[in-house]
Amino acid sequence: MPRGAFAFPFPRKPNTWDPTPGTQNKMVTVDRLVKDYGTLRAVDGVSFTINKGDILGFLGPNGAGKSTTMKMITGFLTPTSGTATVDGFDVAKDPIEVKKRIGYLPESSAAYPEMTVVEFLTYVAEARGIADKDELNSRLADVIVKCHLDSVKYRAIENLSKGYRQRVGVAQAIIHDPQVLILDEPTDGLDPNQKHEVRKLIQAMSADKAIILSTHILEEVEAICNRVIIIDQGKVLVDETPAAFKARKPGATIDEVFRELTNKTVLA
Amino acid sequence: MPIFKKEFLGYFRSPVGYVILAVFHIMVIGLALYSGYYSRNEASLNSLFRPLPWILIVFIPAVGMRLWAEEKRSGSIELLFTLPISPRTAVVAKFLAALAFIGIGLCLTFSLAMTTGYLGNPDWGVIFSGYIGAMLTASAFLSITAVCSALTKNQVIAFVISVMICLFATLMGSDWLAQFLGSSAPTALLDFLRLLSFEQHFASMSKGLIDISALSFYLVLTLACLGINMIVIER
Ligand SMILES: Nc1ncnc2c1ncn2[C@@H]1O[C@H](COP(=O)(O)OP(=O)(O)O)[C@@H](O)[C@H]1O
Ligand SMILES: [Mg+2]
Repeated sequence: MPRGAFAFPFPRKPNTWDPTPGTQNKMVTVDRLVKDYGTLRAVDGVSFTINKGDILGFLGPNGAGKSTTMKMITGFLTPTSGTATVDGFDVAKDPIEVKKRIGYLPESSAAYPEMTVVEFLTYVAEARGIADKDELNSRLADVIVKCHLDSVKYRAIENLSKGYRQRVGVAQAIIHDPQVLILDEPTDGLDPNQKHEVRKLIQAMSADKAIILSTHILEEVEAICNRVIIIDQGKVLVDETPAAFKARKPGATIDEVFRELTNKTVLA
Repeated sequence: MPIFKKEFLGYFRSPVGYVILAVFHIMVIGLALYSGYYSRNEASLNSLFRPLPWILIVFIPAVGMRLWAEEKRSGSIELLFTLPISPRTAVVAKFLAALAFIGIGLCLTFSLAMTTGYLGNPDWGVIFSGYIGAMLTASAFLSITAVCSALTKNQVIAFVISVMICLFATLMGSDWLAQFLGSSAPTALLDFLRLLSFEQHFASMSKGLIDISALSFYLVLTLACLGINMIVIER
């Protein structure tokens, strides 16, 4: 399929006219997102923006609405209200343009179990419009090295351990070198060494990307994020730097601050 | 196109695809022999085509049941719909991939056509229109199955419900039902049911009649179901 054969030959850059300094780098803007599942309001008016170079740690107890928010940014879920904008494109209006710019690791790190790693990555690359054989091979080789998949590349995904499967998920998310990376619990189920590897990988990529990652490991946020958003019951409680967050209660660990914050809202 | 490739090859990545093809082939040959392929002394594929709709009622849902249900169950649907691909492309690509697989199944029955050509002098035009009819019936059944598959996470439920719908749609205009309803139903109703029936349309195609009403019946039904499929998938 000649993808984009009829597309306007110049890339649309709706943000370039913006006179405010620094906003050229604004990659993701989320404005008052709301998502209802029936009567349950899973996400309740979440707003934030992230720039190129940012690693945003999305933090919150289970069921806080992290995954739901991420799924709305990727265009997988339609918000009940509010907007999400990626590189100037509104997810609701230009879903395809938004999806081109995002790499996404689903929480389930889902894949097709009967496919081998190479088959699966080739499929994703082709579906993302990388048609040129040489380019495809070099992208493939690149992510296989970055995610340390060389020893399992011809194995069926169903036979891989959780750690390898997770890395296949990360490889799939970065194969098209996206401007925005959305990783839902990227280190979940990995052992400490693998966690360290994945964090290093994320950090190494962060310079020219905007990255959102969700986690419930607080040290992870401290280790790699330059922004932290804490969300509980669908609402943003905190949006600041990890250092500022930790400074809320001098002497306390980041864990303790978190517990205090999220417990307060439960009791209130 | 990558989705078509992935889905089509997917049938051969596990034994399931081969098993489905083998069972289909055995059923076709078995029923053809049972209904007297050799004893009837006629050079035609009637004994293939007459029972074929009934085999397709089971074969097509078996092929199509996993199309969406499996993606929903495993969560890979999240992956699919965060790729820069429109739901329309995904629906059509999956449909065509399954149809291509069914095409392989039908090609296998050429062995019967070959034997017929070897033993006698059949009317190839009739055989050709019979295969067109089979393909059209298959597309209609497949589009019904695709909708059922999109409605559930469970392949087995998708299979059972599609078989029921296809069975019902085929039975609706059968002579058997007409006899059963007999005098109690007005002829207008029976005629209407026949209009909607797979068996009637397929029967005329397998006799060599490609008539417009049958053709448009299949095409409209298939397109309508694919449209519904898109709506279901987009929620
Ligand atoms: N498909 C769904 N249908 C109904 N409720 C859902 C669905 N997905 C998530 N929820 C609910 O929405 C809330 C937020 O879920 P989620 O975004 O997955 O939280 P997190 O990722 O922060 O753990 C939870 O209470 C969860 O039970
Ligand atoms: Mg989650």
